[in-house]
Amino acid sequence: MKLHTLAHSRTGDKGDTSNISIIAYRAEDYPLLCEYLTAERVAEFFAGMREAGAAQVRRYELPNVQALNFVLPGILRGGVTRSLALDAHGKCLGSALLALEIQDLRLA
Amino acid sequence: MKTLRIGSGAGYSGDRIEPAVELAEQGDLDYLVFECLAERTIALAQQARISDPDGGYDPLLSERMRRVLPFVGVQAGRRRLRVVTNMGAANPVSAAIEVRRIAAALGLDLKVVAVVGDDVLKVLQPDFLLDNGQSVGSLGERLISANAYLGVDGILEALRADADVVITGRVADPSLFLAPQMFEFGWAADDWQRLGRGTLVGHLLECAGQVSGGYFADPGFKDVDDLARLGFPLAEINADGEALITKVAGSGGRVSRATCTEQLIYEVHDPAAYLTPDVTADFSRVGFVEEGVDRVRAQGADGRARPEQLKVSVGYLEGWIGEGQMSYGGPGAVARAQLARDVVLKRLELIGVKLQDVRAELIGMDSLHGPRSGVEPWEVRLRVAARCEERSEAVRVGNEVETLYTNGPSGGGGASKSVRQVVAVASLLLPRNAVKPRIEA
Repeated sequence: MKLHTLAHSRTGDKGDTSNISIIAYRAEDYPLLCEYLTAERVAEFFAGMREAGAAQVRRYELPNVQALNFVLPGILRGGVTRSLALDAHGKCLGSALLALEIQDLRLA
Repeated sequence: MKTLRIGSGAGYSGDRIEPAVELAEQGDLDYLVFECLAERTIALAQQARISDPDGGYDPLLSERMRRVLPFVGVQAGRRRLRVVTNMGAANPVSAAIEVRRIAAALGLDLKVVAVVGDDVLKVLQPDFLLDNGQSVGSLGERLISANAYLGVDGILEALRADADVVITGRVADPSLFLAPQMFEFGWAADDWQRLGRGTLVGHLLECAGQVSGGYFADPGFKDVDDLARLGFPLAEINADGEALITKVAGSGGRVSRATCTEQLIYEVHDPAAYLTPDVTADFSRVGFVEEGVDRVRAQGADGRARPEQLKVSVGYLEGWIGEGQMSYGGPGAVARAQLARDVVLKRLELIGVKLQDVRAELIGMDSLHGPRSGVEPWEVRLRVAARCEERSEAVRVGNEVETLYTNGPSGGGGASKSVRQVVAVASLLLPRNAVKPRIEA
């Protein structure tokens, strides 16, 4: 099942760093997101887009709103103001992440 | 217990004006706040001020003020409405003069106060280091602007001076909203928990429509009623900083737990340490409760002591970006666009244009997220963008895309090209005592 069916997302930018929220629609799906959506998995999804040598992807948990916050340094390639990218702010990044296929580890 | 009502009239410089007028007229507000400065807006405004010493403030300031000032100030049968905004950008003093002129023309007797002191260009020393590793000195004449993120201090002083309209330059976005709460409720500058709560209110409101159903709809998954008439949000706040987020009844959009959660995390890194000039806010245990249609209570924000240093945004020129685009459609569109891309890059090399950095991609295939698997689209659009030191070189980039018409693969159409100067932004930290906010009434 696609992450899109379980969660919604918004992406913000500061300098050359993006932050992507992943918010469970239903509270009961939050543990699955916590288990499956590790910082490593998100880093792997965006591998190739981030600057070589950029700091690690970080993950923060917000249990009261059933959300995860991923911080991705170096993905905006020199930052919004210098970037040659069409989407210099990286606003579309969160939508891409929602394409991730999630395996329900509880059923496996 | 008194309830303070603060509305959000803009989430960025070019934002829609109608929802702000709706809030001013029907929101029963005490304050209407316009947040209009993105990271590099001040650097661009500073450039405008160089060519016009009376300019350098928000291009929509005059229109916004003409529309909302008729509702501002002490009026019979209404709450006294005041305006707080950072639309002063690089020139709050001239912006205030313009607002006084508009008020007079409308026959209104309003006190308009500018907050200055964020411009710290003269404080910078050549050996100061930017976050990107460059020294201030190495920028030479390319250095345009340096603005510290001010906190609530200047705005508080303006409100104590009985301002109806407060116009600032660079102020941290949530501080525009926190200052009225501190002023009205008399919160101390080290009442960290209330300051953390008030900062949450500011953070939720600062992008205007983004908390009331804007930038949210995903048809079939997250639907928003009447998005075309999206209303902007307001907060009802009590003396302890407990707040309810809502909007004008009858306006489009929605305020829900989900819209508030998206905005809570927007542009936040560590939710337990959201740094502003006023407080280290802690949003990590924030929760939302829906108390009715479009009525959401925010709870659980906290705060700790404010940072000792202030962030400074430094704007500087860094060459030019040239860009060109051309579309291809129908059978073989992707192969023709790929050939066109290779031809443009080869020609730029052959004519010896010096590119500091270049990016060539197919919109519809790989421009947003790099190559991803999927079916071949009916149409794609080649986009070539490059950064060059000189404008004359950047111009060649778009030209070499445009000449694909008669010199490239078959069936290209809809060429466009552009050249723009790069105003880059980096940051550094300054001790608080190097920055001195003050008002000019």
